[in-house]
Amino acid sequence: MTEEKTINVSESGFVPKHELLSYEQAQELLKKLNISLKQLPKIKKTDAAIKELNAKRGSIIKITRNSQTAGVYYYYRVVV
Amino acid sequence: MKMTRVKLPKKIEKDFNEYCKERGIKGGKKRELLAKLKKIVKKSSFEPAEAIGVITAQSISEPATQMTMRSYTMASQAGRLAKVTFGLPRMIEIFDARKTFERSMNIYLKDEYNNKNSAKRLAEKIKEKFVKDVVEKSSIDLLNMQLEFELSNGANRDMIKLAIEKYTKNCAVNFRGNTLYIKPEKAEIKDLRNIKIKILGTHLSGVKNILNVAVIKNGNDWIIQTDGSNLKKILEMDEVEIKRTYTNDIYEVEAVLGIEAARNLILKEAQKNLNEQGLDVDVRHIMLISDVMTVDGQIRSIGRYGVSGRKSSVLARANFEETLKHLTIASFRGLWDELRGTVENIMVGNVAPVGTGIVELVVEPKKLKKIKKRKKASS
Repeated sequence: MTEEKTINVSESGFVPKHELLSYEQAQELLKKLNISLKQLPKIKKTDAAIKELNAKRGSIIKITRNSQTAGVYYYYRVVV
Repeated sequence: MKMTRVKLPKKIEKDFNEYCKERGIKGGKKRELLAKLKKIVKKSSFEPAEAIGVITAQSISEPATQMTMRSYTMASQAGRLAKVTFGLPRMIEIFDARKTFERSMNIYLKDEYNNKNSAKRLAEKIKEKFVKDVVEKSSIDLLNMQLEFELSNGANRDMIKLAIEKYTKNCAVNFRGNTLYIKPEKAEIKDLRNIKIKILGTHLSGVKNILNVAVIKNGNDWIIQTDGSNLKKILEMDEVEIKRTYTNDIYEVEAVLGIEAARNLILKEAQKNLNEQGLDVDVRHIMLISDVMTVDGQIRSIGRYGVSGRKSSVLARANFEETLKHLTIASFRGLWDELRGTVENIMVGNVAPVGTGIVELVVEPKKLKKIKKRKKASS
């Protein structure tokens, strides 16, 4: 097998929805949570789940997680 | 705080609405119940600065001690097709984020391939085969200085020839009947043995690292269980349903599906393992652990080389393990401790920033003077 096939990562049941926040949304979020970018959990720029989002360093990824206790909740990671 | 300000988790909200619909509760009665529910939710959620890490550690460790005692009697469990570690050893593997352990995969198939024959065909296709699997007998002929391989029936000769091409550049390769003769132009006995070992270990077909396969039926699904795992190659196959297929290798999942998937896998594996042992640990504790392990964007183990060994405070690190090493490095480099964490504050005898200890009093001297003046004036 020489041809490289790309896997659609978001199809997997293990990968929650990843979204890129715009600059305004990101600032609003930081203000609402009263934190700086440094304090957010991190995600690598090369992470398989955000390859297609073309996220730049320092932008925030919004992750819609499915939880057994809360149903749906949002988690945020900063791209490093 | 007003109870209307409490935001309910979506699941509880949904459950509540369904419950009201079922019982026909509407209007004022519903509002009254909602207020009560919010009160309970507020009461049961953690207060700021609660030491949840310690609670989690305790809540998982206590059942884990039970696990040690029980895992001996469960050591040989029948009905399991793939070799899987379970019980306490598996728990340690997960939280230590080990890189060597018994890997295994569960491969689900797409609807159109979800039948016995397709599953068996795919299982045969992905199983990794080496030359030694199709060779029945191999020997070194010292008289003629050549290698002899007796092939089993049905072995694909062209494929073998192609696969071993690398090692037989200066050799004469001949087939006679079912036997393969390899005669190097000039070689010593040592070389012959080396070539033999290399040829026997040559990859012939299948997916790398998939050592053994078994087809099982679970409900309506035909599942292929494997020993060893290679998530990337398997997901690239047309027959495989990406949604449910999974491996128990956390690092592989991180590389192929990303850090969030790895976090979900840690959660799932730990929970599955605990449930298998009949232990009831609240899922929130495991969630916290899996969050801590993936907060850096990559997997960190719980322990000396992971979470605990990477704390920012020197004293906290020294308190955990390898005290001398951390203190020596700190004194050589002139490191600094801000005394912000719990451990270091307990060590030096300060009020630890936990619970009510996190509240700090900030005074503006100018305003204080004004207040004092006013008090004097009034008295």
